[in-house]
Amino acid sequence: MSELVRIENLKVYYPIRTGFFNRVTDNIKAVDNISFTIESGQTYGLVGESGSGKTTIGKSLVGLEDPTSGKILFEGHEVTTNKQKKAINYNKDVQMVFQDSQSSLNPRKTIGEIIAEPLKNFGVPNVIGAGYDGERSFDQTKINERVLALLKIVGLPAQTVAQYPFQFSGGQRQRIGVARALATNPRLIVADEPVSALDLSVQAQVLNFMKKIQREYGISFLFISHDLGVVKYMTDNIAIMHNGRFVEMGTTNDIFNDAQHIYTKRLLSAIPSLDVSKRDEKRAYRKRIESEFTQNKDAYYQQDGLRDRAYDLEPITKTHYVALKKEGA
Amino acid sequence: MWRTILRRVLIMIPQLILVSILIFMLAQLMPGDPFYGSLNPNSDPATIARMRHAAGLDLPWYQQYVKWVGNVIHGDLGTSYVVNKGWTVTRIIGQRIWPTLSMGIIAAVLTYVLSISQALLAARNENKIIDRILIVWNTMTSAVPSFVFYFVMMVLFVYIIPIFPSSGTGIDDTQSFTTNFFSNLRYAFLPALTIAVFSTNSIFQYLRSNLLDQQAQDYVRTARAKGVQIKDVFRKHILRNAFLPIASGIGYSITGILGGAIFAETVFGYPGLGALFVQALSGRDYTVITALMLLQGVLALLGGLLSDIISAWVDPRVRVK
Amino acid sequence: MDGKLLEAKNVSVDFRIDGQYQTAIHKLNISIKHGEVVALVGESGSGKSTFAMSVMGLHNSDQTRVTGSIKLNDNELIGLSERQFDAYRGVSVGMIFQDPLSSLNPLMKIGDQIAEAITVHDKQSKKVKQRVQKLISDVGIVDVQRVSQQYPHELSGGMRQRVMIAIALANEPDLIIADEPTTALDATIQAQILDLIKEIQQKKNAGILLITHDLGVVAEMADTVTVMYAGQIVEQARVSDLFNHPKHPYTRSLLRADPSEVNSGDELYAIPGTVPALKDMDHSKDLFLKRVPWLDKAEVEATVDEKLQKVSDGHYVRGNAWQNFEFLEDL
Repeated sequence: MSELVRIENLKVYYPIRTGFFNRVTDNIKAVDNISFTIESGQTYGLVGESGSGKTTIGKSLVGLEDPTSGKILFEGHEVTTNKQKKAINYNKDVQMVFQDSQSSLNPRKTIGEIIAEPLKNFGVPNVIGAGYDGERSFDQTKINERVLALLKIVGLPAQTVAQYPFQFSGGQRQRIGVARALATNPRLIVADEPVSALDLSVQAQVLNFMKKIQREYGISFLFISHDLGVVKYMTDNIAIMHNGRFVEMGTTNDIFNDAQHIYTKRLLSAIPSLDVSKRDEKRAYRKRIESEFTQNKDAYYQQDGLRDRAYDLEPITKTHYVALKKEGA
Repeated sequence: MWRTILRRVLIMIPQLILVSILIFMLAQLMPGDPFYGSLNPNSDPATIARMRHAAGLDLPWYQQYVKWVGNVIHGDLGTSYVVNKGWTVTRIIGQRIWPTLSMGIIAAVLTYVLSISQALLAARNENKIIDRILIVWNTMTSAVPSFVFYFVMMVLFVYIIPIFPSSGTGIDDTQSFTTNFFSNLRYAFLPALTIAVFSTNSIFQYLRSNLLDQQAQDYVRTARAKGVQIKDVFRKHILRNAFLPIASGIGYSITGILGGAIFAETVFGYPGLGALFVQALSGRDYTVITALMLLQGVLALLGGLLSDIISAWVDPRVRVK
Repeated sequence: MDGKLLEAKNVSVDFRIDGQYQTAIHKLNISIKHGEVVALVGESGSGKSTFAMSVMGLHNSDQTRVTGSIKLNDNELIGLSERQFDAYRGVSVGMIFQDPLSSLNPLMKIGDQIAEAITVHDKQSKKVKQRVQKLISDVGIVDVQRVSQQYPHELSGGMRQRVMIAIALANEPDLIIADEPTTALDATIQAQILDLIKEIQQKKNAGILLITHDLGVVAEMADTVTVMYAGQIVEQARVSDLFNHPKHPYTRSLLRADPSEVNSGDELYAIPGTVPALKDMDHSKDLFLKRVPWLDKAEVEATVDEKLQKVSDGHYVRGNAWQNFEFLEDL
């Protein structure tokens, strides 16, 4: 295992302007001092509710958001700013798949044109896989061949190239999104809620497929989701986010079997279980957690204006970090 | 809210200065000046030069501008050279503004009444015969050139069916306000109706498609699930949502009053600001032209402000705390 | 009260598409007792929301034909005029929708939107304001005065859904239809809203028709479950029977596609193919079998008895395919 991406003390603040002259009086701390590492060939899960800042982290990684401060390192090279990203041609290595495949595919372009676009920008690598630093071809026939090969990988027929996004179902469009992301041989794919708009059986197709390309090509994923059931199935490591801060970070096992922070427990208790016999028990447990969350906030959060701000992460084992109040603090 | 309005008004000051410079320069660019056309062709060039000098027209434009702005701030818009020679421009405009304003307001009210009722009728009966008729009618009025349409209305309602007077405003300075108000109504109605019918079509088409879009929204389903009758859903929910993007345009329609008046007043022989503008243009009556353009500029800025206030008023999502 | 609250028999819904009627729901039978939570489960295109809209009479009557019988408290709903339907919508039955933001009028204050649900049926009502405030506090909103003066965009997703529930409850209906009530919400908010619905149902002894694609929500909430596929019921059972002894291949496939029930090393069962288009729905067959690749043609094409087969008390399945259905283990 080797480190692929390291994020150090990342902050993304949005200014709040008030008063007669629209001066910046405060900041919304969308991402507030976050550090974590994505290992190559693994899946890192970012879990949180809407507004927690998880999507902002994903966007900073692919260059759709400018960090206020902090560092993003890709294989040791700093890629925090878009200028630094350009210098090492980073964008071919990191691609993004969005939740809403309907609006993220240009409705006026054919599927062939959509998938060919990154190939035209970055060239066609010699082989399909994760990461490629050799020669790239810009030959049109090579591009066409590669588009067909990518469609085959995501399980869509060749005639797809001439069709338009509206002609496909949600699951198919999501796979087209993945094919586009795969085109440049990325080392990392940032997947932002890739299956939350899909039906269960289609969701299974997409998740299986993501696991398959990871096995075959060693691609890493940053998997952003609010659905803990899916995250448990997909990820190796997880960070739980609340109000722009990490409240807990660890292996998937650490989080699901040894949760320490009240917010993590609260999220876990909210997952509906298929075990019908325990549902009253679960409901009572959920009530208990909820009342501890509201009544015992001081033990888990500092007040920062009106928002609960989690404490800094402290290690409790080698892999497991929790944001708890320090003794005597 | 008040802060936002105040801020907007303050921003208008530099905008106004810019607009006034622009207007002044444009007026200067026009060929000719008020004295060439108005004098005996045999006049001595020296006489013309003397008159130009007396009026300050031989100074460079920026000096003229500074002088003009100084006067404007004191409420002095100058004296007309041609249209009503010797009258102050404020007096001329003061006399002409009321007919135009009354016509413009009647036109605006008629425009919205006509377009809202037509759009509601069409949307409630989508694809039925009444919907089709309204669409065809509004396509027709938008396809016919405005002057043709103005003349048709004129001939139809003044000569063939003579229910409206052919020219004048019906305002007599010696009469009381109430008397003038009602006699003016008869004169202003036909040009106002003509303007309204003509400007209804774009609002109608926009509002109709908005109404149909809104009809498919989820909140309509919620209202139906409460047991609200479909006609009340239209009245209480759909209309207001569909009207939202149009409401913000009401402010800008103020700007259109002067513009629309130019044609209508000339065709219908209705001596308001529009007709005044045409007269002033042909006579190169600088002082009147610049004053009217300045007025139009002020109206445009006020219209923008009013539009913003209206959209904040009708849409809680735009409201600034 | 153990009489039938809702009794739907042989309900079929046809949509007119390009001048021809196409069947979206075929001969549905479903009943709900007072105080019972009945879940209707299926993927998009299964017809579950179409059924809800039929109970509410909210289909466009020019393009939809509803046949069969839907009785609410022994009153037949099919064939009612628009005006007759208006009188019972929001009174005997209230409805909660999926997306609470788009389901509320953006230009109307929360209090007014709840009040409308009362005044539309009772114009003389004098205590509207008190009733609205009581409803807002009944759905667990503490800041009653402020919320009633706010607009939908000023509230969070969870608060909006509480408001929707208040609207549905305004006239204390016997039946509440909840169409994907938590799909658009975060997990913790989903849990809160589900708990609230359950609490209200127990307090008011209302019947609930819960429409969802989420098996977890079903397991949390339902007393009985009806699984739909392509406009037909494939399985009907008490909730514990359904999860512990699922019979129909479709139910069993869905359970194996749920990531929360599968170890992360194992592959999820991805049901091949897609739900057929309306025009391809031949309801004399078990349409799901087309999506089981290892069955032979005779089995897939076999005509299926219209009546569901009884497995045990209260447990019914469509067709015979379930009796010797096995997954291929190397899939």
